[in-house]
Amino acid sequence: MLKGKVALVTGASRGIGREIAISLAKEGAFVAVNYNGSKEKADEVVKQIQTQGGSAKAYQCNVSDFEATANLISELVKEHKRIDILINNAGITKDNLLMKMKEEEFDEVININLKGAFNCIRHISRQMLKQKGGKIINISSVSGILGNAGQANYCSSKAGVIGLTKATARELGSRKITVNAVAPGFIDTEMTQVLSESVKESAVSQIPLGRFGQGKEVADLVCFLASDKADYITGQVISVDGGMAM
Amino acid sequence: MLERMKEIIAEQLSAQADTITLTTSFKEDLGADSLDLFELVMALEDEYSVEIPSEDLEKLTTVGEVINYLKEKGVE
Repeated sequence: MLKGKVALVTGASRGIGREIAISLAKEGAFVAVNYNGSKEKADEVVKQIQTQGGSAKAYQCNVSDFEATANLISELVKEHKRIDILINNAGITKDNLLMKMKEEEFDEVININLKGAFNCIRHISRQMLKQKGGKIINISSVSGILGNAGQANYCSSKAGVIGLTKATARELGSRKITVNAVAPGFIDTEMTQVLSESVKESAVSQIPLGRFGQGKEVADLVCFLASDKADYITGQVISVDGGMAM
Repeated sequence: MLERMKEIIAEQLSAQADTITLTTSFKEDLGADSLDLFELVMALEDEYSVEIPSEDLEKLTTVGEVINYLKEKGVE
C-alpha cells in the first residue's frame, strides 16, 4: 500500500509511535524512526522492521527544537530525495492538578506535543510543496476533545494539534497535501500503564466497547490515512477510542 | 537572465512565456497566490543556488524586482 514512500514518525521508539512505524514499514514504506532519549528502544524498532523485511533507520532529534528539526528534515531529504508521510506522534504527559501545575510542566508538554508538530510541519511543508503532495497525520487525543481533569497541559496541547491540523489542511490543500488528526482514546501503552487500577476501571466504564485499545488499532487507521486510499480526506479528526467521544 | 526566468515563471505559474516582461506582476498579471509565489521562489533558489528568506518575499512583486534582487545577491 505504501511501497516506495518515505515516512517520518516522531517519537517512534515506544507506544503508539512504535506501532505506527512498524505498520508503515510493513506496508512497504521506508520509515525514519525518530527518538529523543531512547536510542536503544529506537534501534530495537529499526531491527524489528528489518527482521520483517522492511527498511528503517533511527534518527535522534528533540522535536521541540526548531533548528534541530530543520536539520533532521534536511538530512532526510538529502538521503531520500523526498518525504511523503509525516506522522507527528511525539508526545509526553506531565499530569497535575491545575492549581498545582508548574509553569515548566505546562510549557514542556506544549513544546513537545504542539510546537513539535508545528516544527515538523513547518520544515517538511517546503519539501511536500515541491513534490506537490504529501500526507501529514497528527496524533491528537480523546483528551483534546473531551478534556480530562489533571491534564490541563496535555489537553491544551492535543486540542491545539486539532487546530493546527485544520489550519494546515486549508493552507496546503491546493497542493494535494492532506492533513488529518487521529485521536486515540485509552490505548494500552507505557503512558497508560502507569495509571492506577481505579483510574483504569473508571476509564473502561466510559468506553462503549468496554476495553482499552491496542496501538496496532491506531496504526491501522494511520496507515490508511497515509495511503492513496485517503486522498480525498483532509482536515478531519478521527477518533480511535472505542466510542468514548461521540 | 530574463529569458531563462520567463521559462521558470511560465512553468511555475502556468503562464505564457512570451507575455512576461520586466513589469509583469505575479499577483495582478499572472494571478499568483501566496503559495504560488513561495513555489516560484523555491524554483529560483534551485536554479540560481541562492537563498531567498521568506521576509524578502513581499518585496518581490514583479519580474524586474526579482531580477534586480538576484543581481544584488551576486547572480549573473
